[in-house]
Amino acid sequence: MYRYDEFDHDYVRARVAEFRDQTQRRMDGALTEDEYKPLRLQNGLYLQLHAYMLRVAVPYGTLSSRQMRTLAMIAERWDEGYGHFTTRQNIQYNWTKLTDVGDILDALADVEMHAIQTSGNCIRNVTADHFAGAAADEIEDPRPTAELIRQWSTAHPEFAFLPRKFKVAVTGSPNDRAVTKAHDIGLRMLRDADGNPGYEVIVGGGLGRTPMIGKVIRDFLPKADLLPYLEAILRVYNLHGRRDNKYKARIKILVHETGIEDMRASVEAEFERQMREEGGPVVLADPKQVERIEAYFAPPAFADLPAKSDALDAAMASDPALAAWVATNTSEHRANGYSIVTVAIKGTGEAPGDATTAQMRALADLGERYSHDELRISHEQNVILPHVKRDDLPAVYAALQKAELASANAGLITDIIACPGLDYCALATARSIPVAQDLSERFAEPARAKAIGNFTIKISGCINACGHHHVGHVGILGLEKSGIENYQITLGGDHTETMAVGERAGPGMSAAEVGPAIERLVDAYLERRSNDDERFIDTYRRLGAEPFKDALYAA
Amino acid sequence: MAKAFKTSIVSANDLFVGDVVYMNSGGGWTRKLAEAAIAHTPDEGETLMGRAAPQQAKVVGPYLAEVALDDDGRPFPTHFREKFRTRGPSTRTDLGKQAINPERREPLAASGGI
Repeated sequence: MYRYDEFDHDYVRARVAEFRDQTQRRMDGALTEDEYKPLRLQNGLYLQLHAYMLRVAVPYGTLSSRQMRTLAMIAERWDEGYGHFTTRQNIQYNWTKLTDVGDILDALADVEMHAIQTSGNCIRNVTADHFAGAAADEIEDPRPTAELIRQWSTAHPEFAFLPRKFKVAVTGSPNDRAVTKAHDIGLRMLRDADGNPGYEVIVGGGLGRTPMIGKVIRDFLPKADLLPYLEAILRVYNLHGRRDNKYKARIKILVHETGIEDMRASVEAEFERQMREEGGPVVLADPKQVERIEAYFAPPAFADLPAKSDALDAAMASDPALAAWVATNTSEHRANGYSIVTVAIKGTGEAPGDATTAQMRALADLGERYSHDELRISHEQNVILPHVKRDDLPAVYAALQKAELASANAGLITDIIACPGLDYCALATARSIPVAQDLSERFAEPARAKAIGNFTIKISGCINACGHHHVGHVGILGLEKSGIENYQITLGGDHTETMAVGERAGPGMSAAEVGPAIERLVDAYLERRSNDDERFIDTYRRLGAEPFKDALYAA
Repeated sequence: MAKAFKTSIVSANDLFVGDVVYMNSGGGWTRKLAEAAIAHTPDEGETLMGRAAPQQAKVVGPYLAEVALDDDGRPFPTHFREKFRTRGPSTRTDLGKQAINPERREPLAASGGI
């Protein structure tokens, strides 16, 4: 994992001190809310329906057990005993007091964390594949790239006031678990014909009120050219992105309105201009710094183990629940004898992504004991233990059971993404969490969920789409209609490398109607799939929307 | 066409705690909707908002929120968003106003004044 250098430490501490002073001046009445609001947002502090909310960055979703314990401590000491893991791989505290925020940020700084650039029209926390450094299908660990971008983009003076927020995601695997095509910039690591490392650069993706699938602006960008190329994209966007209408200010609109060819020409021209600068582009990363960053992400010392674990096999033979959990919640690791564990923060009837202090501490203990002191937050609002020996899986499962974190549903229909919605969020137009809770209870029976197989439901409480509803196999969007919560259903979305934006199925429905409608939809899928292994999304693509629309609106 | 004025109260968030407060008839702030000052006319609404405007050191984002009145003349919210603001998260009834713990939820630096 990356460790702060002296500059990082000094910078974060100075920012905390500065924000503490700004906050004190607000409380003293020296600053108006209009003056203070942009300052607090730059430090991740929102004002929501019932309280302030602090959004803490978890860079590219990676954290240590010590950091997780601090997150738990903050929840316990200054909040209400829980935190909410988000689709941006961050954590949010829903009950922050203005008087506490300086102390919270100092506690975060103690463990090399902060809330800088988790809001505002700047380059936000860079996200990455949550299986980074562990996945068997990985070409290269994306985190050194993500860290390099973090260092380049943090307090970058030219890009502190962009037309709108800007999100970058990186994947090192061909199987895209980082939703790269729905980001302002998506980077897919690959190698050219000669084996040289580089990136496919995708630009102009995004969800929100105008969902767009990102377009490839560069098929292959040599690794060393990354920062000048990113700088070129940001410069073109900063210059030409619309500032007259916040709903048309994201780079996806610029790419859409100018066309990818013109966008590419502008970016390449700026890139070439930088490359012609005497001595090379000023932003070019120092190879020694790149080497230093990469060294932090060197793989842990994996034991030399057989691929097969006799201990696990024996335990699974006598414990079907363990076997079911291993089948759904573990993934293939790059090292023999290891697995990646997905801890689903999706208990039946629970709010997706909400973890209590006790659960966070249990996860920290498991990370420390069984996963080389590493944890990850996934955009699916789960926690990952990236490096677990298969021999240890029974012990990990037992500990997760004690912590009420042993749901065997990763990737299944109850592994639902949901934004906080109108239960917390000042922007929301309807609630998300109760809809997720209802669906998780309806499909809680393990055999049924297993029979349904891979099935993604994503729920947003407003058009801003924090719950990624556009790219759920089933998307649910909560809106207000004539003073009542109303939910639109979309079908056929896909968040992976085969990304698709879901199609609206028909008129909206009440909250009470959503659950029965989704049950009818699932029944229709089970009746029509060609075999037990055909996923809903594949059946949908084969048959089209009509049979599923009919099922949704059959009542 | 301008929207017809409906009976309203002034709602805001406490600066220090961030929770929901309402302007009372004395121009101060209360956490109890029942104690909120009621504007029956646009002029009364404007008057209340005029009192709220200089109080930036106490509250954030005051606005007129529509209410209806029960048989005893007490206000209750008409929109579901405002209903949630009077209570707290519908999924966590142990939190927010619906489970208020006076010691914990009292304003800090502004105690007594708000």
